[in-house]
Amino acid sequence: MAYEEVINGLNLKDTELRLGLPGGEEKEQDLEVSCVRRNKRQFHQTTDEHNLIEESSPPSKTQIVGWPPVRSNRKNNNKGVSYVKVSMDGAPYLRKIDLKMYKNYPELLKALENMFKFTIGEYSEREGYKGSGFVPTYEDKDGDWMLVGDVPWDMFSSSCQKLRIMKRSESPAL
Amino acid sequence: MKEDRSEMAAKDVELDPRSAAISEPLSSSSSSPAAFNAVVSAGNKSRSCKSSLPVTQPPCPGHVLENVLENVLQFLTCRRDRNAVSLVCRSWYRVEAQTRFEVFIGNCYSLSPSRLTRRFKGVRSLLLKGKPRFADFNLMPPDWGAQFAPWVAATAMAYPWLEKVNLKRMFVTDDDLALLAESFPGFKELILRCCEGFGTSGIALFANKCRQLKVLDLIESEVTDDEVDWISCFPEGETHLESLSFECVESPINFKALEGLVLRSPFLKKLRTSRFVSLEELHRLMVQASQLTSLGTGSFSPNDVPQGEQEPDYASAFRASKSIVCLSGFRELTPEYLPAISPVCANLTSLNLSYANISPDILKPIIRNCHNIRVFWALDSICDEGLQAVAATCKELRELRVFPSDPLEDSESPVSALGLQAISEGCRKLESILYFCQRMTNGAVIAMSENCPQLTVFRLCIMGRYRPDHVTGKPMDDGFGAIVKNCKKLTRLAVSGLLTDEAFSIIGEHGKLIRTLSVAFAGDSDMALRYILEGCPKLQKLEIRDCPFGDVGLRSGMHRYHNMRFVWMSYCRLTRGGCRDIAHALPSVVAEVFGSDVDDDDDNADYVETLYMYRSLDGARKDAPKFVTIL
Repeated sequence: MAYEEVINGLNLKDTELRLGLPGGEEKEQDLEVSCVRRNKRQFHQTTDEHNLIEESSPPSKTQIVGWPPVRSNRKNNNKGVSYVKVSMDGAPYLRKIDLKMYKNYPELLKALENMFKFTIGEYSEREGYKGSGFVPTYEDKDGDWMLVGDVPWDMFSSSCQKLRIMKRSESPAL
Repeated sequence: MKEDRSEMAAKDVELDPRSAAISEPLSSSSSSPAAFNAVVSAGNKSRSCKSSLPVTQPPCPGHVLENVLENVLQFLTCRRDRNAVSLVCRSWYRVEAQTRFEVFIGNCYSLSPSRLTRRFKGVRSLLLKGKPRFADFNLMPPDWGAQFAPWVAATAMAYPWLEKVNLKRMFVTDDDLALLAESFPGFKELILRCCEGFGTSGIALFANKCRQLKVLDLIESEVTDDEVDWISCFPEGETHLESLSFECVESPINFKALEGLVLRSPFLKKLRTSRFVSLEELHRLMVQASQLTSLGTGSFSPNDVPQGEQEPDYASAFRASKSIVCLSGFRELTPEYLPAISPVCANLTSLNLSYANISPDILKPIIRNCHNIRVFWALDSICDEGLQAVAATCKELRELRVFPSDPLEDSESPVSALGLQAISEGCRKLESILYFCQRMTNGAVIAMSENCPQLTVFRLCIMGRYRPDHVTGKPMDDGFGAIVKNCKKLTRLAVSGLLTDEAFSIIGEHGKLIRTLSVAFAGDSDMALRYILEGCPKLQKLEIRDCPFGDVGLRSGMHRYHNMRFVWMSYCRLTRGGCRDIAHALPSVVAEVFGSDVDDDDDNADYVETLYMYRSLDGARKDAPKFVTIL
């Protein structure tokens, strides 16, 4: 996955632990993009019976008909869905989102903004989110409540159990 | 899962295909059993297809014995026994035919419906299979065939007492379902696996008319959404329903009607809902039906709930369902709710999580209680770590399937040789495995061959084509070789990765019980195909794609094609002429060729994209579409 979260100028790549030499990210990105494109295509694919359209691929990957041998009903939802509840202080309804739909923090935050009709504010590593009355937090698998954006995206998306958009007044520590 | 179990049940009553070449004595070697039994039973016992007309014999002494025989034969369901019985003499053949209640037909084109009805007069249960398996992977054009219509028409006339129909990969229309419902007043069980051609309106009509219905299982089938509220079409009053499965129906469900149906179905044991049933709705169903043994949990995700509202106690519903042994569904899982199933984990024998993208951390606390699990299906998102957890706890595991969450050739696969090795060490009773990965080592496969001697099904799909052992760089010959050498009960094998002809030499020599063999992107030459066809004495189903096998290889199997259910070869090096030669030499075999037209390229004009070859008692089918050529 490409690590290119840049939230308001701060490149979160800096906080990542990675093996490997710096550079070469562009290539990853390209692969990533074609991967995303392909996945999205499959995700929105209707089950046209035996339609080879679903087998056509972006030029960067070769695609063989019927390989790997996975039935189409599995292929369509094989990316799996991973729903996470989202609550916002003061909002009447809990919602849920599929974390797998997003590849990075900006996408997620934008979706949350749209969902609850608010703005999130600027993120900085030291001071968290400034400029709005709300702070996005999440509960990780250890039960700890953390600030959204503190850890690399992958780490976040695999450990996030719940999201809560807190009122700033309720979260003095963040 | 259900699919597997139905299949297993069907095999138990599979009729043995040996024939009543009545004038000929029964002998242990392949004497001339009737072609009929061969196609109608399609088991280990299939034999040569030479049919011979029965010679007139003096009548068997003691017709009174026929009555006695009839009473005795009613207890015989094992196909081997029934086969033997039908070969004794004409009288026994007749009585056996009268008392055969369950008929299994492995290839719907191997005989005509009228042949079935001519021989068997008392059929109550019919299991029919249509398209070959590779059709599932877009390798067969649509509208190829396998229509249920002629079968329902014939059986409607011949067997008004028909109770059960079990179809796999057949084309079933709404009209067929209507005719089914109208023709058989005592109809009890309909199981449609991997079928298509019908919609919710057909289901609605069927549900409404079949008042004795016990089982309606729609499994991995394509059901068009005709926007009909089919659940409401079940008749009023108490039903006889024991099993209702509609996980694959991709249309919203009238929950109130479903709840009402469950409430008035006191015999309901198996309920498998679609993803259109939310977690709250599932809860309500579970509370009304705590006697369930098998539950398909639908989406396992709550609807948007008002904040602060009390959520149902899902764990308590599971706690109250003391009989649940089989869980599936989880189609849109919200992982935080998975622990709710914990109360039933210790009782589970079957768990299907293969539609849920679950990480190891989510799986581990659940699986650690599943000591009695025998069947486990999952996505590779559980990683090697998850498989290690399975290996540590699930000592009774018999069947494992690991599906790819990202089914592409170059993706990162989270499962590897490590996971396979762990499973082999922890799950010694393993009998069946399907494992998708990107790459593999011979070492892990050899380990499995040594640790799991009970294996009957070994299907390893290394998604990266032509990949060698990623540690040694050698072909995967040693691994698969070890499997066929060490797993003496192996009946089904699927190979992948880089494989030389040598691998097939070993498979041919040691795969003595193999009935189904799947080969893709493997082998160096025709020799590989020869090894298979000159070995593997029990081979029934051979499916091959993208291998360098040509006419010479195909010819090497001429002695045995009449004794196999089918051979499928696509994207190989067969020529039309070569296939035609085989077809002309073997009158009891039908050879279909189809594929993209290549008449723009003269050199390749002769090449066959797909050959599908099968034995048939009634010759070429009459319903072949234009794009199919029968040689």
